[in-house]
Amino acid sequence: MAHQSYEEAKKFVIKGLWLLAIVTLIEVGISLLGKGHLIEGADKWTWLVITAALIIGALSLYKAYFIVYFFMHLGHEVKGMRWSVLLPCLLLVWAIIAFMQEGSAWGERRQQIKDKDAEPISPTGDIQNDEETYRGLI
Amino acid sequence: MAADTSTLEHQVHESEADLWEGGQTPFKASYGKLMMWYFLLSDAFTFSAFLITYGALRVSSPTWPVPDFVFATAPFGIHDMPLIFVTVMSFLLIISSVTMVRAVQEGHRENPKGVVFWMLMTIIGGLGFLGCQAWEWNNLINTEGMTIHVNPFGVHTESGVYMSASDLKSEGFKEVAHEGHATYYLHPDADADTEENRYYEKIDHFDKSYAGESIEPGDSYLITAHSGEYQNGAIKTTGGDIVKESFGPKAFGALFFCITGFHGFHVFSGVVFLLIICLNVASGLYVDRKNGNEMVEKIGLYWHFVDLVWVFVFLVFYLL
Repeated sequence: MAHQSYEEAKKFVIKGLWLLAIVTLIEVGISLLGKGHLIEGADKWTWLVITAALIIGALSLYKAYFIVYFFMHLGHEVKGMRWSVLLPCLLLVWAIIAFMQEGSAWGERRQQIKDKDAEPISPTGDIQNDEETYRGLI
Repeated sequence: MAADTSTLEHQVHESEADLWEGGQTPFKASYGKLMMWYFLLSDAFTFSAFLITYGALRVSSPTWPVPDFVFATAPFGIHDMPLIFVTVMSFLLIISSVTMVRAVQEGHRENPKGVVFWMLMTIIGGLGFLGCQAWEWNNLINTEGMTIHVNPFGVHTESGVYMSASDLKSEGFKEVAHEGHATYYLHPDADADTEENRYYEKIDHFDKSYAGESIEPGDSYLITAHSGEYQNGAIKTTGGDIVKESFGPKAFGALFFCITGFHGFHVFSGVVFLLIICLNVASGLYVDRKNGNEMVEKIGLYWHFVDLVWVFVFLVFYLL
């Protein structure tokens, strides 16, 4: 708080408290809306569920920015230090994309195995009709 | 005069060999503060790894418990109130973060009394949060029956209706009553009295019966546990099959206790360090250092980080 007087800084803290509290309440409200607690059946509207999730994510990032820049004073540190902390965090963007992709691939594979397990097997063995299976055997 | 000094400093910096003589502070931050930042950065990656794991496993599962249903209970007998208790927990952390900012400000003014007062407020907030978490864990483990390897929270994938005891008997199920155990109904085709052949009438832990209640795909349910025994409610699907509720994805319980436990451990160790530094401030240890109570600033960074992590734990576990 190098640029603020003590009195200003005290007021700023109270403002920060209100800001974080109100943003949290808005998040909870939007989450309940997206889950269909406020409007009956709203959880079946895909667009609403996705929009709600995106807004909640953005608000959480805003809260994180506020805490890091003003409560932890990263905004007042020199540029080099700021970037030495923030740049590595960009790696997480890729981590999220990659692991969500990976997760859905696991899900598809699990379903595939389930479907294969449920397939009826012919006891007489018309295995030769299925060329791929036949090739797999030899 | 001022110009002279800056030229002098410039000359000192110009000679690269002098940089290795010490006395320079990179990024104009002290060693301790800089290292606290880099520790927090590494910790952020640990938490991110946990939360991304949660996301990947959730995406890979065909069904996943709905958080609003799992976290809908609060003390004083409040239930069916989604997210209320956890919002209170969030407020406790936000408030304790704000009191920590005040403590750091008083530290810059070299006002030990102010520092001690605001740090004590922060400690109370942290202890309040830990108390709430203890209550939440106790409720989930002992009342709802969730552990790291059992997840009784599930989501229906088919529509149907819960069966009453007489429905089960008319379908040919055999009633079995044990001393000290819940009455269960054996499947007509069962050749042995094993767990998978036992069907129960759906009753929740408030002893409310669900018999006759119809269900839709996407509806949440909790398999009731009475004195350590799970009672999977019997359902007749719209297709006419008689099935029983199955356990939800196991990973949910393990992830919940692991991640909120890891965060709670951070809060706990934060409270311990806050106490130590608070005592040091009160005893006047930092007065001679004349560095604006830097130790208070460092533990402040850690405490804000704990609040920061909660923002994302709150997002991933409770809001989405």
